[in-house]
Amino acid sequence: MKRMVLAIFVRNTSGVLTRVTSLFSRRGYNIDSLTVGETLDPGTSRITVTFTGDELMCSQIKKQVEKLIDVIEIIDLTQTEAVYRELVLVKVSADPQSRASVIEIANVFRAKVIDIASQTVVMELTGDSSKTNAFVEILKPYGIIELIKTGLTGVVRGSASFGGVDD
Amino acid sequence: MKLTGAEIIVRSLIEQGVDTVFGYPGGSVLDTYDALYRHSDEIKHILTSHEQGASFAADGYARATGRVGVCMATSGPGATNLVTGIANAQMDSIPLVAITGNVPLSILGKDSFQEVDIAGVTMPITKHNFIVTKVEELAQTIADAFYIAAEGRPGAVLVDIPKNIAQASCEYVPVPPRPIVPSVEHITTEDLEKAVEMIKAAEKPMILTGGGTAIAGAEAELAEFVKKVHAPVADTLMGKGTFDTEDPLYSGMCGMHGTKASNTGISRCDLLIVIGSRFSDRVTSNAGTFARRSKILQFDIDPAEVNKNILVHHNVIGDIKEILKRLNPMLPQLDHTPWVQEVQAIEAKYPLRYNEDTLTAQYVMERLSALTKNDALVVTEVGQHQMWAAQFYKFKFHRQLITSGGLGSMGYGLGAAIGAAVGRKDKKIVNIAGDGCFRMNCNELATVRGYNLPIIELIVNNRVLGMVRQWQTLFYGERYSNTNLSDSIDYMKMAEAFGIKGLEIREKADVDAVLTEALETNGPVIINLVIGENNMVSPMVAPGGSIEKELELKN
Repeated sequence: MKRMVLAIFVRNTSGVLTRVTSLFSRRGYNIDSLTVGETLDPGTSRITVTFTGDELMCSQIKKQVEKLIDVIEIIDLTQTEAVYRELVLVKVSADPQSRASVIEIANVFRAKVIDIASQTVVMELTGDSSKTNAFVEILKPYGIIELIKTGLTGVVRGSASFGGVDD
Repeated sequence: MKLTGAEIIVRSLIEQGVDTVFGYPGGSVLDTYDALYRHSDEIKHILTSHEQGASFAADGYARATGRVGVCMATSGPGATNLVTGIANAQMDSIPLVAITGNVPLSILGKDSFQEVDIAGVTMPITKHNFIVTKVEELAQTIADAFYIAAEGRPGAVLVDIPKNIAQASCEYVPVPPRPIVPSVEHITTEDLEKAVEMIKAAEKPMILTGGGTAIAGAEAELAEFVKKVHAPVADTLMGKGTFDTEDPLYSGMCGMHGTKASNTGISRCDLLIVIGSRFSDRVTSNAGTFARRSKILQFDIDPAEVNKNILVHHNVIGDIKEILKRLNPMLPQLDHTPWVQEVQAIEAKYPLRYNEDTLTAQYVMERLSALTKNDALVVTEVGQHQMWAAQFYKFKFHRQLITSGGLGSMGYGLGAAIGAAVGRKDKKIVNIAGDGCFRMNCNELATVRGYNLPIIELIVNNRVLGMVRQWQTLFYGERYSNTNLSDSIDYMKMAEAFGIKGLEIREKADVDAVLTEALETNGPVIINLVIGENNMVSPMVAPGGSIEKELELKN
């Protein structure tokens, strides 16, 4: 079992996200993360789905998703040279004594400090899951008050382009 | 020309070649029904007793004719009553377009009277569905719905139309039907050559034909393929009639109630060639032991069916007719006489048997087959009678057996028979029903009477829910929980109440005379066939067991 990331390009119709996600659930596949957004072409949206499975499972769900009428193209990012990013917002307990060390951690991870209050610090970090997970782990002892992850998205390296833009 | 949405709906249906709509009116489709009234000389509407009957009728019409079936219902309960029929069509890859009305857009999403999000409800059981929110998009959406329903692997499509869209007007530009061309883009010479190599290398090939062969209309190509490969042929329930059941190479249905010859053949062969079949659990039973000694070569139109339930060694993806058409000239004439004889010997040793000393449904199926010269369209409900029909009627052509294979919907048959009778006036239509199934949708007798449809409703009356009871007998210690129907309904009086001729078979000696009388009647007939309650469908693979270890049950 390993992490699979599919980029699914869909026609931007009402209910299209439900079509894709309900297909995952009714075929028994668990979605780990999901991001959706418009592409350059406003008529096309890109859904990035992360799930855990094996090759066979991935090829089956890919073929099932491809059958949906509103699906234009589907790319298995794990089969490509892709880079992945997600955004994490984290609010940590930090009083004047611990604030400096929290900010130091932020600097090491190249996270941005976006708010400081008397007892808390809010930071944002962009990176792949291993980086964001490590960041969260190291902050845990300070007391995480709130943690928000946008979910993973990814892009293929090089000049290859997908989804509504001519190659 | 400016027209109302309702007028556009009906004109679009006519434009798509629809001659019959099965449905039931209601508040949200009043405008469309008004337009149907205006166009009643061009498009026929069959009013059923219940929307479920309409959806089954549209499905039966599609199966019998090969065309897209159309059903129509109002919002809310009308729409939800279509749901079983939509799921039924989708499971068996039947082209169906369901049109529902909905409440006006202004009160949609506000839990209005008779409002249901039917597009949401049917999302997992349709190939695709639409909510039309602009009258300008109606004609194109309906054309798209018909194309999606029929193209590639067929399926069910729902179009939900809010009432204000049916009442609004716009310029009507007819959208002609898009031609349905066989899917060939994935058929490669490489794949075909590899298939030929596998077939040539096989010493014990076995062929399994399913519903995909029927949908593609590939019976002639299959016959040639079988002749060249010279292999025994098993079929699935959905594949009935795609290969002549009286051909010496035919070894019977496979799976849960398959013949010993087919199930053993699949277990012993060294190459299983699966044509248009999706490895349903009723076919494979235990997937781990299915065809475990053989390589599997699969032909299917849907790439998602490859390696879904069973891992295969090689596949060719595309329209079955096209695949076989291209494959046949590439194949030499092969000879597998010793293997064919091995399977035929099993068939001779373990024929389908039943107790010949008494009146049984199996005997009646055999007589029905003979008296209809194997030429009737056989519709069934779901259960023991369905299996007996599949086992003992001698199917000769595809689309001859109209049955709920994937969903297994009790109550399907009478509605489907209505659709078949409307679509195929050239054939005798017999609906074989268990008494349990008959009660589920016997309200449709009113439709049968109303349109004077020449359907023979053959009630296999054992006063129990036979198939469930069979499982209770075999696997639940004869604890007959809620499978007893012995409440002495008088089916002859029921027939009389509906104004339908009623006949009864209580003795084996009555069978030919009653069936002949029914077949000679020009109009509907109900036959009450009274059999014992303990008859079981045999043979049987225990649920989850290997098809190699099939049980022969004593009757």
